[in-house]
Order: sequence, then C-alpha cells, then structure tokens
Amino acid sequence: MCIKVVPVMTLMVMIMNRQISYAQAISEALVQGMESNPNVFLFGLGVNDCKGVFGTTIEATKRFGDSRVFDVPASENALTGIAIGAALNGKHPILVHARHDFMFLALDQMINNAAKWKYTYAGKTSIGLTVRAIIGKGWGQGPTHSQNLQAILAHFPGTIVAVPSNAYDVKGIMLEALNQKNPVVIIEHRSLYDLKMTVPQEPYRLAFGRARISRQGKDVTVVATSSMVPEALRAAYILSEFGIELEVIDPVTIQPLDEEAILTSVQKTGRLICADGDWLNCSFASEVVARVADKAFHDLKAPIKRIGWPECPAPVSKVLEDAFHPTHKNIIAAVLEILDKRQISIPDVEIKDTFVGPY
Amino acid sequence: MTSPEIKKQLLDVMFKIRMAEEKIVEVYAKEQQMRTPTHLSIGQEAIAAALSLAMLPEDQIFVGHRCHAAYLARGGDFQGFFDELCGKKSGICQGRAGSAHLTDPSVGIYSSPILSAMIPVAVGAAMSFKMDASRKVAVAVFGDAAIEEGAFAESVNFAVTNKLPVLFVCENNLYSTHTPLPIRQPPSKIYERFSIPEMQTQQIDGNDASLVYETFKKAIEHVRSLKGPLFIECLTYRTREHVGPLYDYDRGYRTKEEVEEWMKRCPISLLTAKLIKENVLNASQAESMKQQWKSKADEAYASALKAPWPDVATLEEHVY
Repeated sequence: MCIKVVPVMTLMVMIMNRQISYAQAISEALVQGMESNPNVFLFGLGVNDCKGVFGTTIEATKRFGDSRVFDVPASENALTGIAIGAALNGKHPILVHARHDFMFLALDQMINNAAKWKYTYAGKTSIGLTVRAIIGKGWGQGPTHSQNLQAILAHFPGTIVAVPSNAYDVKGIMLEALNQKNPVVIIEHRSLYDLKMTVPQEPYRLAFGRARISRQGKDVTVVATSSMVPEALRAAYILSEFGIELEVIDPVTIQPLDEEAILTSVQKTGRLICADGDWLNCSFASEVVARVADKAFHDLKAPIKRIGWPECPAPVSKVLEDAFHPTHKNIIAAVLEILDKRQISIPDVEIKDTFVGPY
Repeated sequence: MTSPEIKKQLLDVMFKIRMAEEKIVEVYAKEQQMRTPTHLSIGQEAIAAALSLAMLPEDQIFVGHRCHAAYLARGGDFQGFFDELCGKKSGICQGRAGSAHLTDPSVGIYSSPILSAMIPVAVGAAMSFKMDASRKVAVAVFGDAAIEEGAFAESVNFAVTNKLPVLFVCENNLYSTHTPLPIRQPPSKIYERFSIPEMQTQQIDGNDASLVYETFKKAIEHVRSLKGPLFIECLTYRTREHVGPLYDYDRGYRTKEEVEEWMKRCPISLLTAKLIKENVLNASQAESMKQQWKSKADEAYASALKAPWPDVATLEEHVY
C-alpha cells in the first residue's frame, strides 16, 4: 500500500488556489447561505430537476430537500409577489428565472411592489428577496432568450442590480444579497458559467457598490459589465503587446454604482469606453457616459465610445448572431480610434466557441 | 347564528368606517387638504367589518386600492389614517403611501392599488404560514376587475396546488371605474367561473353583515385547518364615484335609480333595522354609536390639520 503524503505547504497552496467555476461558485454560495439561515429557500421553475439550473442548484437540492428547494408553476409575476409575501413574514426567498427574459412577466411585482415596499410603507417592513436571472448567449438563443433587463431594473429606485462577471464576485455578491433586507437581482451570464477562478471555500460577502479594477492601465478606461469583462480583458491582453494599456473597471453592481471608481480611472486615463451586453439606447452604458460627462468632462482627452448591441433584436442564425454580439475586436477597434492609432494592424485572434448547447 | 354581541360589534365597525369616510366626503373637495386619490367604501362596509371580526389578530389581510374599510376595520391606527390622508409626518406611512396604500404591519394589513398586486403577496404570506406551521391565515380582498389581471389566476393556481391557508374575497361592485361588468367579463357568474374541484366558491349578499360574518367565520376555519383555499364573491355596491367624494349620476355609466336601489340595501341601515327589530338595541343607541364615531372622525381630522408636515430632508429615506 502506498500512501502519498502531500506536504502541508503544498496542501495550503492547493486550498488557497482552489479554482472553481462561476456555476460552482453560485452553487457553493447557495448552500452556504441556506446553511447559515434556515429562513432562506430557493424556488423557481425546475430548480430541483435533474439539471438543477445548469448545475447551480443540484447541491442545494441534495442538502436541503423539497421543503427548501422546490419547483413551481410558470407564474413569474405571482411568484414574485409570493416571494414578497413570504419575505414580509421573515423568509428570504431566492427566486430563479433560468431565462432572464421571463422576468418581463414579473416586472409588475418587481417594480410596483418589491422596489417600492420599504419606502411606501415608511421603512416599517422591508423585503429581503434575491432574484437570480440568467442571460443566454450563443447556440441561437434568439430574440427572447438573450435579453438583458438590467437598465429597467436599475432605473426604478429600490432594487439592487448586480452583474457579477466572475466566480469570486458572484459568490460574494450572492452571500451579501442573502444577508440584505432589499430586493436584489443578480444577473448571471450563461457564457461565464464555465470560467474558473480562485475562490475561497469559506463564506465571504462583497459590499454592493464597489467596483473591481480588473486590470490597471494608463491609456484608456474600459467600463465593462458581466460577459463583456472577459472581452475587455482579452482586448487589454492583446493591446498590451502593442504598448497600449487598458484599465478595465467592472462595476459588479450597476445599482448602486461605484461612480467614484469610474471617475478616478477617467481622471487618470482621460479616455472612456463603456462595453455592455445590452442595447445602447437608454442603457447602462449611456448612464456611465452621462455621469462622466457631468463630473469628469474636463478630464477627457478624446470622445467617449459605447459598445453594445446593434439596434435590432437578437437573431438566431450563427452568422447573424456572431455579428450581433460585440467582442474584444469591437473594443480594440474603439481603442485604436480614440487613440488615433487606426494604422496599427492587430492580428486576428479567433476565440473558439466551445459552447455546444442546446441549453 | 351571529350573536347579538357580534352584531353590535359589526355595526360599530361599520359606523367607524362610514363616519370616517363621511368626514372625507365633507371636507375633501371643499377644504382640499387631503391631496390623495381616495376610493371610498361607502356602501361596501359589511365585508371589511365582517372580516375583521372573523379573523384572528395574528392573521394578515391584503387589500387593493379601496382599502379604507379594511384598514379601519382591522384596527389600523385611526389618527394615523387621517394624518396619512393629509400627508402628515404622523401618517401611518409618514405621508408616503396616501389613501390607496394604507398599511399598518402592527395589525397585519397591507394595501396596494394595482388591482391584483396584493393577491400573490397574500398567497406568499400564506405559504410562509404553512412552512412555519403557524396556523395563521392570509386574506386577499380585491374587486371584480382584479380577477381580470393575470396575477389573480397565477395566485389561485399556486394557492390551490399547494393547499395554502388563504381566503380569496372578491368584492363585486359591478364596475371597474366606469366600465360595467358585462363589457369586461362573460355572463357567467364570477363564483361559478372559478369553482373547481379543489376550491369551493360561493356568492353571497355582501351587504348582509351578519351573513357575511357567518360565511367568513366558517371559511376562515376551513382555510386555517389547511383544507385548501376558498373563494367568496360578495355582491355589493359603491354609492360614491370610483375615486373621490361625489355622486356620479351625470357620467352616464349608471343610473340614479340603480344607485338609489342599492342605497336601500345599505349594510348599515339593514343591520340597524335588524338589531332594532331583534331588540338588541334601540334607535337612539344606534344613533349614539354613529355620533361617537362622527366625533372621533371630526377630532382626528382637526388634529391632522394641525399635525406637522414630513421633513423634506427625509424625502429619500427608506429606499434601501
């Protein structure tokens, strides 16, 4: 018999550098949140089925069973109201929309009730409610399975809107949401689910309204959200080879927004690009631009650029879909334009799409 | 049979609502101090009064825009009611909610005016009661138009599927603002349309206070013992306009004759006559009951006028 002894230091490093995916981080946060608070329950269409919301609820189902992880009818609006009624009585519901687009049906309860509850009733009761909403991309998700409701949700005062871009942040944001007495919508992007990162095993919370400086750089500030963060980092990596350094700011939550982090970065670089997975009209990207124009206008050395979806619904056909979603290439082009360095020729870096659907 | 004591209490609660709302009628247009759209319950008081006596203090009630009656019946703060309508700091919601959102968690009443908005919230409260095995009951009160919104169907489906302790009470007053029922719904009766094997429904005269009380009492017992939700349609009528203090014969959507026909069936007059006939009280006792609430309403309104306004510095408080 041979026992392999792992030296203590090696073990420590292994634990400290434990890499888990975005989906695993969500799963872990759910389990830890439910473990620490018996009033937390998880519900939504198919949450306890064999697929467990792309693997994120399988562990919670195993641990806590049907009384705390349960399936429901497809009644998005009433389920949101039901969550409010339960929250009113000390529960903390986690409501899951496996397709973010279905939240359009829940907007009455989200906006007319949840967002306004605490204010209207003068702070006597508040609603601790966490909503998970997943955006699809790729494999022809199409017009009504790829949308982003972040701007609508963040527009009305009273809802926290988080758009975490990596495994570390999504875990900390989820655990913070479960400890809050506020309606919190966590918009998860399906394209991030397999991305791994070092994530501590123990529970931790990330305060809302604190941006992450994903990369430091002196030339251009790129404010990127959710699935556009990896694209911005990719652009930064490539441009760095050409002596151009991007500073990538990930707001993590768009309501509240860490305006200070954005302004500080723009003061340093004098240039701003906002890259967002959404349409640009009346959008979060427009909001960032407006705030910078309002508060850091004189720091700007060049026009601001926004990168988002073209003015059409998301198409299905692969060629059209590829043209619809901006990538690191759009960011690189925008950077070269505002630096007036269009003459630089950047070799094409093709990113292989490993997603095999159907989801 | 409803005991004489309960009947007297029903009358007392109905006078409380009526006199508070008559005060609104008296001053609303003339003095312009209640700057909030008010949906009066005059003519519909029996339902709220009966519910308040049939429910236990730990139960919860969820109401739509026409919420004065349920709020007052349930024991929501009386002075806080007038202060809220006048937009004062001492209002039950510090002047943020107004007439259509009257909410006092200390007595378990919550209101919001998007017709069906509170129906799922009631169901969610009922779900938490069942999870905690607390034997509490949630009651959802809504008008005949609320059932036309999707949240109603979704809520009933969920409550029935999960056998939740919730009672659905539909106050059918025949109109949604100025739009009569036949334009909005098929000719079948509401209670018949929502009757399914898993949920008994019934229709009652919503202006017969003791009948309404007896019905609710039984229904709440049924619901409390987790036998599943029930749906009760109460036929009733608002004698004033949809929103505001006036009569609205001139608007062409209903006739004066119709309104007067229903006034003859005013729940307060009906119960008063019954109690006098049954020798439970005499006319002067009934009158003094009424006058007592009139004085209280006069005092509360006078006090509300003198109450301080909210501090503008608090405008953005309590959002998160």
